[in-house]
Amino acid sequence: MASRKLVSLEQTEHLSWLAKVELSEEEKRVFTEQLNRILEFFRKLDEVDTSNVQPTYHVVELTNVFREDEPASPLPQEEALRNAAHKKNGYFVAPKIV
Amino acid sequence: MQQQQDVVIGLEVHVQLTSLKTKLFCSCPSDYRGKPPNTHTCPVCLGLPGSLPVVNKKAIEFAVMAALALNCQVSERAVFFRKNYFYVDMSKNFQISMYDRAGGTPIGRGGYVDIDVDGTRKRVRISRIQLEEDPARLVHLGPIELSPYTLVDYNRAGIALLEIVTEPDLSSPKEARIFLQKLRSILEHCGIFDGSLEGSMRCDANISLAGGARVEIKNITSFKEVERALSFEIARQRELLKRGQQVRRETRHWDEDRRMTFTLRVKEEEHDYRYFPEPDLVPIVITEDFIERVRSMMPELPDHRAERFMREYGLPEYDARVLTSEKALADFFEACVKLYPSPKKVSNWLMTDTMRVLNEYNLDWSSIKMEPEHLAELLKLMDDGVISIKIAKLLIFDVVLKGIPPSKLVEEKGMKRIVDENYLSQLIEKIFREFPKAVQDALKDEKAVHFLVGQVMRHTKGRADPALTNELIRRKLNELQRSS
Ligand SMILES: [Zn+2]
Repeated sequence: MASRKLVSLEQTEHLSWLAKVELSEEEKRVFTEQLNRILEFFRKLDEVDTSNVQPTYHVVELTNVFREDEPASPLPQEEALRNAAHKKNGYFVAPKIV
Repeated sequence: MQQQQDVVIGLEVHVQLTSLKTKLFCSCPSDYRGKPPNTHTCPVCLGLPGSLPVVNKKAIEFAVMAALALNCQVSERAVFFRKNYFYVDMSKNFQISMYDRAGGTPIGRGGYVDIDVDGTRKRVRISRIQLEEDPARLVHLGPIELSPYTLVDYNRAGIALLEIVTEPDLSSPKEARIFLQKLRSILEHCGIFDGSLEGSMRCDANISLAGGARVEIKNITSFKEVERALSFEIARQRELLKRGQQVRRETRHWDEDRRMTFTLRVKEEEHDYRYFPEPDLVPIVITEDFIERVRSMMPELPDHRAERFMREYGLPEYDARVLTSEKALADFFEACVKLYPSPKKVSNWLMTDTMRVLNEYNLDWSSIKMEPEHLAELLKLMDDGVISIKIAKLLIFDVVLKGIPPSKLVEEKGMKRIVDENYLSQLIEKIFREFPKAVQDALKDEKAVHFLVGQVMRHTKGRADPALTNELIRRKLNELQRSS
């Protein structure tokens, strides 16, 4: 099978925007190539005929795992904030995105 | 002049299931309002690695009830999906939601809500209802553009949210408001939602004008705001079209304080969310039995209640519809009629006099302090001749706004009707001396009699008994006639 390019450089740029990760020009080139290689592996799966197979939404056979609507003690504020890099007046501090 | 018919509006409403005691996927208490930030969290709703969500059974029950109340087809099977995006309001970097594509099914589909617009029934189709988790609350210092950073409170994160999406069947901002009011009333009657809680009902709107493009408006926080936001947007788009400019297909943000919409950051498109089935949650099978059990628990809904009000209390359709447009109002009416069994009179005092107070102070029904006992007492005081209708219409302000019993107000303000003949006779003599010309006219002309009665009322601030005042004035005029 001819190796068709699946992911373009623009798509890698778009992915980095979605992931909020800044990439250098070199990284964009490398990742585009790697993504194409990964998808190339997955192409192998296209060879399997799945036209008569129901899609799997979950690997375990369980359904309806529920919990009753009974409150439990939440974490104390200082516990909740313990891993935060920046906090202020009981809030997590995050960069502003507009 | 272009007509409103060229406007097409669809709504995406987010309603918190406020009657739940816990969040959707964890046992954190849901009563986060007014609480210090980040005191209602756990590893699940903080999105800490290794934590696992478990579905609140009652949330499924409530969602099925909402689907039934909105005449939807309930799905046999519902699967939660991950909606992936990077934003601080969701610490996991995805929101657990439902999806109507890629094999996903929402809880309910294909329903409708009938609304009444200027006396005409209109059907608004519901395309789907689904469950999802509420994101965290973001706090900015001053206007968002000026704030140096974003403060995040995860108390709201994970609260069960019902997303209700309409078909683009609405054709004016007013219809959008009426629809949201009706939706609120239906969900409140179901006992799953309290619309008086701040931020419990929010919506996004899609709006397009003929010759324009579809614009999405985000951040509409109440049904009062929806009318303002859509009216602004229609005016903005009309202006563009009138000048021959293009309406850009985009997402805009409604700024409640500045009362205008503005362009939002570049947002992800639908496929950018890369939805996939949530592997930490197993599918939900909704059996026929379960649906029937929920159906059997369903309380009376607004439309049925309105019909009953017409049948049981002999109310006109208009009254019945207005009274059932809010559950608290309908409950108040019925409680009051039990104490004062004159339904039409109670209805009139609620729909005109009470509403006037609320409108004047821009309040809604939930902020009312008046109890059913108070209104019944006010009506009885009038029947017993203790106060005049004029005084009652004055008193109702303090009754509605402060919840002071009418009898106490009458006592305190000395507003009892004046039936003291001596007092009134002396007052009338004084007025006759003051307006000799009017008295001369009154001997021939009925209109001048009214003027004299009016003067008595003015002096007594409306407290003089009208019938007695009338009688005394006529008696005095007769005396004058005879003596001349
Ligand atoms: Zn939690």
